[in-house]
This record gives sequence, C-alpha cells and structure tokens, in this order.
Amino acid sequence: MWQTISDSLPQLIAAGIKFTIPLAIISFIFGLILAVITALIKLARPKGNVLVKAIWGILDAIAYFYVWLFRSTPLLVQLFIIFFGLPNIGIQMPAFTAAVITFSLNTGAYASENIRAALLSIPDDQWEAAATLGFNTRQTLFKIIFPQAIRIALPTLSNEFIGLVKDTSLASSITILEMFTVSQEITAKNYQPLLMYCLVAALYAVVCSLLSILQHYLEKHANRYIKRGES
Amino acid sequence: MIELRNVVKQYKEKLALNDINVTFADGESTVIVGPSGSGKSTLLRSIDLLTRPDSGTLTIDDLTVDFSKPISQKETFAIRRKSGMVFQNWNLFPHLTVMKNITEAPRTVLKQSKEQSEQRAHELLKMVGLDEYADQYPSQLSGGQQQRISICRALAMQPEFLLLDEPTSALDPELEMQVLRILENLANQGQAMVVVTHNMEFARLVAKKLIFVEDGKILFTGPTEEFFNSDNARIQTFLAGLSLAE
Repeated sequence: MWQTISDSLPQLIAAGIKFTIPLAIISFIFGLILAVITALIKLARPKGNVLVKAIWGILDAIAYFYVWLFRSTPLLVQLFIIFFGLPNIGIQMPAFTAAVITFSLNTGAYASENIRAALLSIPDDQWEAAATLGFNTRQTLFKIIFPQAIRIALPTLSNEFIGLVKDTSLASSITILEMFTVSQEITAKNYQPLLMYCLVAALYAVVCSLLSILQHYLEKHANRYIKRGES
Repeated sequence: MIELRNVVKQYKEKLALNDINVTFADGESTVIVGPSGSGKSTLLRSIDLLTRPDSGTLTIDDLTVDFSKPISQKETFAIRRKSGMVFQNWNLFPHLTVMKNITEAPRTVLKQSKEQSEQRAHELLKMVGLDEYADQYPSQLSGGQQQRISICRALAMQPEFLLLDEPTSALDPELEMQVLRILENLANQGQAMVVVTHNMEFARLVAKKLIFVEDGKILFTGPTEEFFNSDNARIQTFLAGLSLAE
C-alpha cells in the first residue's frame, strides 16, 4: 500500500500545483472582481438625469439576472454548456479557459451576495463622515468602506474559496488534468479505487486545512482595530 | 458668512424646516437650541448638504446653491470645503489609527504631504491633549477622547465653520466638560462654530448668538444674553423645563 501511495503521490501533487491550485486562485480573483462590480451595481442608486437612471436600470437588471442564473443552475451543467455547448454557436476555447470562465462566473454570483451584505453592514455614518470631509464616492469606497467591509466578508469569502478549491474537481469532466482526473487515471491502471480516491481526498483536505489556517491569521489581522469582546 | 433663505424641508409626516431664514457671521459662535425633533439638526445638516432641503437657498461666502435645483458635485464639494462636521456619535473611522483619522482627508482631498499633514495633526492632538494616542485605534479610547479626536479631524481640513451636532449628548458629564472646554477655547480663538446643543451653560458662556428652533420655525434669534432674559412665554417655559429650580 505504501508503495502505491509513494508512486502516485508525486503525480497527484504535480497535478494539484499545475492545475487545481492555479484554477482555484485565478477563478477566485476574477470572481471577486465580478462580485464587487455586481454588488456595487445592485447597491448604488446614482442621481442624475433620465438617461443615467435608464442605463443604471439596465445594469441593475443584468446584475440580478446574472446572479439568479448562476445560483439556479448546477455548476457541472454550467461547465458543460460553456465547454461542450458553446462550440455549437462557434465559440470555442481551451478547456482551462472554459473552466476559469465558469468558475469565475459561479464564484462571482455567490460572492457578490457576501460582498453586498458586508457593504450594507457598514453604517451610513461612515459615508456621512467621509462626505463632510470632502471625499468623493470612489475615495470613500477605497479608503473607508472597502477596508471595513473586507473584515466582515472575510469568513464568508473564505468559505467561497474553500468551496471553489473542491469544486475544481468537476473540471475533470472537461478533460483538465487536475488532481481528481489524475487519480482516476492512476486507478484505471492499479485497480485501487478506495486507496486512490481516499488519497486524493486527503490532498484536498490538506489544501483546505492550510486555507483555514490562513483565514485564521487574516481574520486576526483584520480584527486588529476591534476591541476584544465587542467584535 | 453663511446665509439660509426660505429653506423648507418636508419629511413624509413632518415639516422639519418651515421657511427658515438665518445668517451665521464669520468668526462667531452660534448655538442652536430647541426641543427634540424641532428641526435643529436638520438645519445644521443642511449647511453641509448632508440633508437636502426641498427649497430655499444656501449661501456661504461667494457660493450660492438653490435647493430646488440640481446641485452639481463640484458645488457640493465647494460647499463642504467651507465647513467641517462633528457628529453626536463622533463617527471616527474605526479601521484607521487616530493619526490616520486626522490625516486621511488632508492627504486624499487636499493632497497634502505626509509630513505636512502629520505635523498639523500633532499640533491639533496637542491642543486637545491627546498627542500620545496618535498610534491607537478609536476603539481603544473613551467616548470623550474620540469626540476630541473627531474635532481634530474636522479642524485638519481648516474649515471656516465648524458644525457640531449635539457633540456631547452621548457623553457623561465629566467627559462632556472636557469637550466643551476645547470648544470654548476654539471659540475664544475666533473659530466660527455652529453648535446644536442641549447644554444651556455652554450656550450661555460660549455662544455670542443663539437660535431657538421649534416645530421647524425659528422662534428666537439674537444675542445669547437676550435669550436668557427674554420675557417670551414659550422661551421661559423652555428654560424652566431645563432647570430643577421652581
């Protein structure tokens, strides 16, 4: 048994470093950007003329539709539509690109709600204080609101990221050679499904445990300005 | 000089400002008093455009805005540059140190250098006796200390008028006194202030001018002394209601 493990472990780890981890990190970064934009579109109520309001109404509708669409359909199905389905209408892309696009859009939809909640949790007082000091909206967001909202969003965003790391195993179904795919290939050769799938499960658990530890330290840093017992 | 003309603000159920006409002179401290819900905070917040009245005009020096017409961002920023606001619950930025609370706006908005803004912040912190707290976070300070920091934060923008919205209502009497002494010193130095307050002793000792607001209307405006000696029945009832003496 130990021989089988030591034979397959390097291949699995290599697949993790080459595909699983980059896929998760890149998708999460794009997902976060999408999430912030979506949350801001949903929250902002710009003043101005009819045209500005009409454009915002359309953006608002798109944001709601996007979040609804990606929360209401299975991730595996989304992956299949983008990789196997879109070529039918002439949109063809490498499997890795398709995976990044799908995971980013999916994460963005869920995380946008986390970020919206975090932004809403910052009291209006903070906006008012910034306004009286002469900050414009952009300066208020970047200097005052986002730094405080990140602290609130950190636990739920960590959940999202850990979920995403495990969800990358679905990319095995669109020919990406990530950890789970490699474990299936090795199993096909050594006929040890229990051992191999437990081994790959353990590897996912190791990565996710490391992320939990990282979350702990990030939260500690983010809470530096909060009095203990008050959080 | 700040001048409000024919200012009206209607909330859903309540007429908060009912044709307000008032001026605040340069370098002078004015106190706004009145019962709760009288519209005095709405009046103060209108000067900084935190509340947007429905009609009337606001003039600060050479700037005039008409509340019944759209106000551009540029005008809003220009108006806000003239005044600084101190809130009842101080509203410091919890994620920034005391120093950064004070220097963030001068650096971001006025594009001051780090050195310049920090030097000014130290001067202000010394003035309120809190220079040794520069590197602490607001949550590590008492309410009175936080309010003194928020006064520094407003002053760092060198406002012509310091607007204070019940600055000591959330403080116990001892902490209140610390804050009021600082305001007294500022008034003596010629810093123009408009203070919404319930503290009549402060009004009597510090303010040159007093405005009494009730039901969205100004019932009295004039020298503070005159108010306390007024024979107006409503004013006498109001003053008697604040005192234990029969």
